[in-house]
Amino acid sequence: MTSARTSFRRFGGLLHKEFVQIVRDPSSIAIALVMPVVLLLLIGFGISLDARNVRFGIVDENRSVESAGLFQAFANTPYFRPFSFLTSRAAEAALMRGDIAGFVVLRSDFSRRVADPIRAADIAIVVNGVDANNARIVTGYAQGVVATWLLGHRRDRAQPALSPVTIENRYWFNPEIRSTNFIVPGLIAMVMTMIGALLTALVVAREWERGTMEAMLASPASMTEILLGKLVAYFVLGLGGLGVSVFLGLVVFEVPFRGSAEVLLAVSSVFLIVSLAMGLLISTVARSQFVAAQLAFLVTFMPALILSGLMFDIESMPRWVQAVTTVFPARYFVSSLQTLFLAGTVWPVLLPNLAMLVGFAILFLALAIARTRRSLE
Amino acid sequence: MPATVTLAGLGKTFGPTAALTDVTATVEAGQITGLVGPDGAGKTTLLRLIAGLLMPDAGTLQVLGHEATDRDAVRGDIGYMPQRFGLYEDLTVQENLELQADLHDLDGAARGERFATLLQFTGLAPFTGRLAGQLSGGMKQKLGLACALLPRPKLLLLDEPSAGVDPASRRELWRIVRTMAGTGIAIVWSTAYLDEAERCDSFLLLDRGHLLASGSPSDFTRRLEGRTFLVELPERQRHRIQRTAAALPSVADATIQGRSLRLVLKEGGVLPDLDDLVGSDATARPTRPRFEDAFVSLLQADRPPVAAPPPQEAITRSTDGMAIEARDLTRDFGRFRAVDRVSFTVRPGEIFGLLGPNGAGKSTTFRMLCGLLVPSAGSAHVAGVDLGRARATARERIGYMSQKFSLYGNLSVRDNLDFFSGVYGLAGRRRSSRIAWTMESFDLGAVANLEAGTLPLGFKQRLALGCALLHEPQVLFLDEPTSGVDPLMRREFWSRIGGLAEGGVTVLVTSHFMEEAEYCDRLGIVYAGKMIASGSPDALKQRFVTAELPEPTLEDAFVGLIREHDAGQRGVAAA
Repeated sequence: MTSARTSFRRFGGLLHKEFVQIVRDPSSIAIALVMPVVLLLLIGFGISLDARNVRFGIVDENRSVESAGLFQAFANTPYFRPFSFLTSRAAEAALMRGDIAGFVVLRSDFSRRVADPIRAADIAIVVNGVDANNARIVTGYAQGVVATWLLGHRRDRAQPALSPVTIENRYWFNPEIRSTNFIVPGLIAMVMTMIGALLTALVVAREWERGTMEAMLASPASMTEILLGKLVAYFVLGLGGLGVSVFLGLVVFEVPFRGSAEVLLAVSSVFLIVSLAMGLLISTVARSQFVAAQLAFLVTFMPALILSGLMFDIESMPRWVQAVTTVFPARYFVSSLQTLFLAGTVWPVLLPNLAMLVGFAILFLALAIARTRRSLE
Repeated sequence: MPATVTLAGLGKTFGPTAALTDVTATVEAGQITGLVGPDGAGKTTLLRLIAGLLMPDAGTLQVLGHEATDRDAVRGDIGYMPQRFGLYEDLTVQENLELQADLHDLDGAARGERFATLLQFTGLAPFTGRLAGQLSGGMKQKLGLACALLPRPKLLLLDEPSAGVDPASRRELWRIVRTMAGTGIAIVWSTAYLDEAERCDSFLLLDRGHLLASGSPSDFTRRLEGRTFLVELPERQRHRIQRTAAALPSVADATIQGRSLRLVLKEGGVLPDLDDLVGSDATARPTRPRFEDAFVSLLQADRPPVAAPPPQEAITRSTDGMAIEARDLTRDFGRFRAVDRVSFTVRPGEIFGLLGPNGAGKSTTFRMLCGLLVPSAGSAHVAGVDLGRARATARERIGYMSQKFSLYGNLSVRDNLDFFSGVYGLAGRRRSSRIAWTMESFDLGAVANLEAGTLPLGFKQRLALGCALLHEPQVLFLDEPTSGVDPLMRREFWSRIGGLAEGGVTVLVTSHFMEEAEYCDRLGIVYAGKMIASGSPDALKQRFVTAELPEPTLEDAFVGLIREHDAGQRGVAAA
């Protein structure tokens, strides 16, 4: 279907219409600019994979200078708020009630064993394992606190360390191992998926609902012109949403940015086109705003949250789930953003992701145009 | 000169349903061609085919000399106004026009002049800065028309341009379109209003996807010359007389028209004995046949006549005083006053109609009387109950049938009846006897186990009415019950309503449909939130009888009343 040749005036008219509508109808602006703020703040502050101020029990059967010192060591880290218990039973009860996340038991021979250069002291660590991930983190931290305290304690006494090997940890790209640094870039990707798809899916559905789409289709404007008009207008609005998200990430969440801003803009632009085109594709099956919104949530929010590597490591998923993740564009954007924010402009990571995103953009746009053309049938 | 549009054997199916079957017709330049038929007849599908929005499945379609497959060449020469006008409501009048001009690639000089012409032509010049969404129905309609006319089309397609618009605006629209036809463009005007067909130069009558008739409307009605009569009716038993007359073998159609009985005789039929039918000293006076008469005669030949529904038992206790009493009902939505001090009363067993265009305040009034909306001021009594005090009690005495038939489409007919009887709190013997009564008197036995959503429109309508009557309400509320249905179905429906009214049920109807209003005993004309007049259809028409207009229609009366009202408003404003 070749329409009467493309005209600049016609395309300009379509664009102008979209911008006037964006300004007059606050719902698009709310989606593009307010939703990122709300989502980022809620999820960014709400989801943290770090343990902080964990309520932790110390069962001190020893009641010695050493056990008091270990208590103090727990109190001195930002990760724990220690509570002292006299018996294991009392600590168990507190764990049952959910008052504490776990406890360590220092037996009555703790101080003697600590001083013994041959026989190591036994310390029991009990952790509520319902939330397995959190339990692992708490256990690791608790072990760390004990080990550090022991090292210092022995150094003070000029006793040799028990272990002949000590491990020095270095966390690259995220030296403070703040999970925020890694989650927020992923969240930005999720937010961009959602606003992109929602914006176009809703505005096109609105045109169907109000009967204006029919009038458009009967005019000399071609489907490509109509959809490109929407794409360009909401691309500009979506970039605003990206700006807001990046600003929040850098300023409110204090995530470092180590890559190049130009590359960030380029990758995000391509991804924005992908998600806007996804919205257009949704609008070819959803003729009401309600259905459009539901579909947009279903195909963007859930995969972006679960299958993009934002929350859960893709490498540790079963093979077939890993295969499923490859068809969701958000995955490539999450990886790109995490690289750009935390590692820098690492082309070997960025290029394959960018290539995939460009592929998705072309595919979705072509599908959207091809499908809308026949859609009055 | 070749016809602007030529259809031959045109067919279009959507999945398993045939929307259009074997339509052969032409649309000529310089004429208004009426595309007439009830909802679901295929009008919109045909317009979309001509506009190039759909491709035909069978037959050929030529528009402005081009085949259906080659539509982009003529797209600029077609002006198309979809239902609900296709306007951008958050754009101003001017911006809507600018957009259309851009879409058609109209440049600088030509555009300014074209805007000026159209704005002046449609009377929208003072409103260029107003958002389209804030225009009245009539003004939206004119803006939609201006947008469609902007590129100077050779073919103008209008999909139900006058639906729900007040009659004064409707006439204005006809004036504009008539002028356009004079400039030589071809116009297709689709409508479910049969009276509009008479104003067209030619018509295409569609019924369930088939072309039933076409040609000039005067030729169509001329066949009935000498077969249409009006008979004055007595005050009582009017519905019974109508039912008897309709069942007579020589009669094609019998309807109540105000205080008279309108009789259409079958071909070669003789006038029935009026002494038997109505009573002594009744006379039949010949009247001009209408488009609807011809349509009904045609349908009657096509389908078995509708069996007169059995007279219904009196299902209600008589109430003292008025069945409905509205006093100074007022409702504000923010700063907008949707209903402004509306007062009226309805006697038990009376059929009262609220007639007005969309947005006039009918539905708001209606909802206040059903207890769905609390009035900002004023009071309402329904079936002897003050809605302000005992809304729940009042609801038990009210039956409600909405325009869209709120039935559960994926439940069977029996399940729907079961469900609604439960909702109305019927139980035990009464429940089963009421369901049995509904099945029998609405002839639903044969379809009891079918899904309601799959039923033909006529059955859905009966089921909806049956559901509304399950709990034997004293007052029945009907929201545009027969707009868009074919005239036979409308007759069947109103014949039932007539029977109910004779049984003592009070009926309140809202409508923007003049044809529906004729069935009411009394009407309240609602316009711009106010009730500007009330009275029987005949009394309302009587006020506007002139030498030129010896038989004014209800629409003539409506237009006259609006004019008087507006003049009065201006008088008040001036004083």
